[in-house]
Amino acid sequence: MNEATVSVESRQSGRIALLREFWSYFSENRGAVIGLFFFIGIIIIAVFADFIAPHAPNQQFRDALLQPPFWQDGGQLRFPLGTDAVGRDMLSRLIFGARYSLFIGCVVVSLSLVLGIFLGLLAGFFGGKIDMAIMRLMDVVLAFPSLLLALVLVALLGPSLINAMIAIAIVQQPHYVRLTRAAVMGEMSRDYVTAARVIGVRTLRLMFITILPNCMAPLIVQAARSFSSAILDAAALGFLGMGAQPPTPEWGTMLAEAREFILRAWWVVTLPGVAILTTVLAVNLMGDGLRDALDPKLKRS
Amino acid sequence: MAPILTATDLSRHYEIPRGSFRNPATLKALRGATFTLEPGKTLAIVGESGCGKSTLARLVTLIEEPTSGDLIIDNDNVKLADAATRRKIQRKVQIIFQDPYGSLNPRQKIGRALEEPLLVNTEQSRKKRQHAAFAMLEQVGLQPEHYDRYPHMFSGGQRQRIAVARALMLHPEILVLDEPVSALDVSIQAQILNLLADLQDEYNLAYLFISHDLSVVHHIADEVMVMYLGSPVEYTSRDELFSHPRHPYTRALLSATPVADPFRTKERIMLRGELPSPINPPTGCAFHPRCPEVMDICRSSSPELLDIGPCRIACHAVTG
Repeated sequence: MNEATVSVESRQSGRIALLREFWSYFSENRGAVIGLFFFIGIIIIAVFADFIAPHAPNQQFRDALLQPPFWQDGGQLRFPLGTDAVGRDMLSRLIFGARYSLFIGCVVVSLSLVLGIFLGLLAGFFGGKIDMAIMRLMDVVLAFPSLLLALVLVALLGPSLINAMIAIAIVQQPHYVRLTRAAVMGEMSRDYVTAARVIGVRTLRLMFITILPNCMAPLIVQAARSFSSAILDAAALGFLGMGAQPPTPEWGTMLAEAREFILRAWWVVTLPGVAILTTVLAVNLMGDGLRDALDPKLKRS
Repeated sequence: MAPILTATDLSRHYEIPRGSFRNPATLKALRGATFTLEPGKTLAIVGESGCGKSTLARLVTLIEEPTSGDLIIDNDNVKLADAATRRKIQRKVQIIFQDPYGSLNPRQKIGRALEEPLLVNTEQSRKKRQHAAFAMLEQVGLQPEHYDRYPHMFSGGQRQRIAVARALMLHPEILVLDEPVSALDVSIQAQILNLLADLQDEYNLAYLFISHDLSVVHHIADEVMVMYLGSPVEYTSRDELFSHPRHPYTRALLSATPVADPFRTKERIMLRGELPSPINPPTGCAFHPRCPEVMDICRSSSPELLDIGPCRIACHAVTG
């Protein structure tokens, strides 16, 4: 009985201590903390968009076309951030747009992370010809400017949000392959891997249970940072008409629709741009903090 | 007693690529190692770095294949074994590494590390594995509450105990100890050596003890094999080696060991020069460029490992 209670206690205190240590490193970076809270705010907005948004994102108010924000002449509190050319409430569209951006970030990161880890693990673990084949293929992908390659892929697959996400994931995944491969090669030479082999651990278990968890720190950091570039790339594709299609309230697509009003109605163009800018900035700051907290080389102890 | 391990003329060569337009060089890391190991005994392998000690460890633990020669472990020839037999042999030989910080998976709790050998090799239930892990923790002098801790929470000596415990989980018959105490404090060294001695008595383990520290070897070994540039030069019992070293290299090694006696004057045999490259070893006896007793025959012909009195020695200068 004693043994059981001791083990449960130490297990909990171990995890809490790890979290506390992580937080103490993370919170030293003030920008990262601000980024984190901003990002949590965006998540809350996206989740509760139905309750927060004053109007439906695609509802058109024919009596209020291109209304300015409420603090300008002619603005009204009914549409706090004004309306666009067909009378849709900007605030509501921005709030619903947060959903798309987060969705894009999550899908792209998980797609490229899973594929990248798998290929990188194969390349680093087996080496030789397999490594050669995978890495040369990745070099080919890396040789193209990323947005250009994504554009070509979307043009091949056909413009839609799903295809844009697949294209961005393919473009981003060489970074994960390289990172995983380097980390795996570093771990492979350590004694604990040899010890596991001598004990009789078979190849699959060795790859995924022994080695992979020890390679995760740089991958988590990379995931956080490519989350923001996924949002940015998707907005760019949307702006070029190759991503989400109107009337989807995606921020990049909103920008593209509003291009012709840039001089007459600044809010239609500026506000989606500001939304993209602040979200990407927040995620990047958070990623920097994560790197500082997780990278053992930057740790002082 | 019948030996548990017999190595005959064991060799391991590595191909070193030298660019696209040249043939790869051959590095002869191990050349013609012949020895036997009996249950309950300790064979120490001694030599300076680069003499093939660790290559030997990798061959005996089946991490690498020998280039030539035979390795027979518990009546099974490793070279002729099929996959199932290999796994069976592999369970009988375990290894403990020099660096206690690198030999444990940093993301694996001690309990899981101890249970992993049973998990992948046997069909035991979770409860039974856990029971075995707790028993083994106690056996190597650790506490039950260590079961749920991570390796970074332990000191070097404790980690080496954990490594020993993990190696013993499968009840092996041979333990390869690759400089198990050279990364530890002297006070901790003694504890680990005593632990190893106790475990050897209890489980009748055969130890292949690799070391460059002759005082540790004197403490633990039954037999000693001295190696130079990949081949054994002297292979004899511990007492014989320390009282009557015969090979010039062994004598030089022994004279370099410090003795805690300020009034004892002793002759120090200085070796000139460096260890030659194993890619391009000297002709004849590999030791001849540094040997104080070099003769003409040493430069042309390589000496065989011959039975001379109670020991086996490879030297032209030693005859009876």
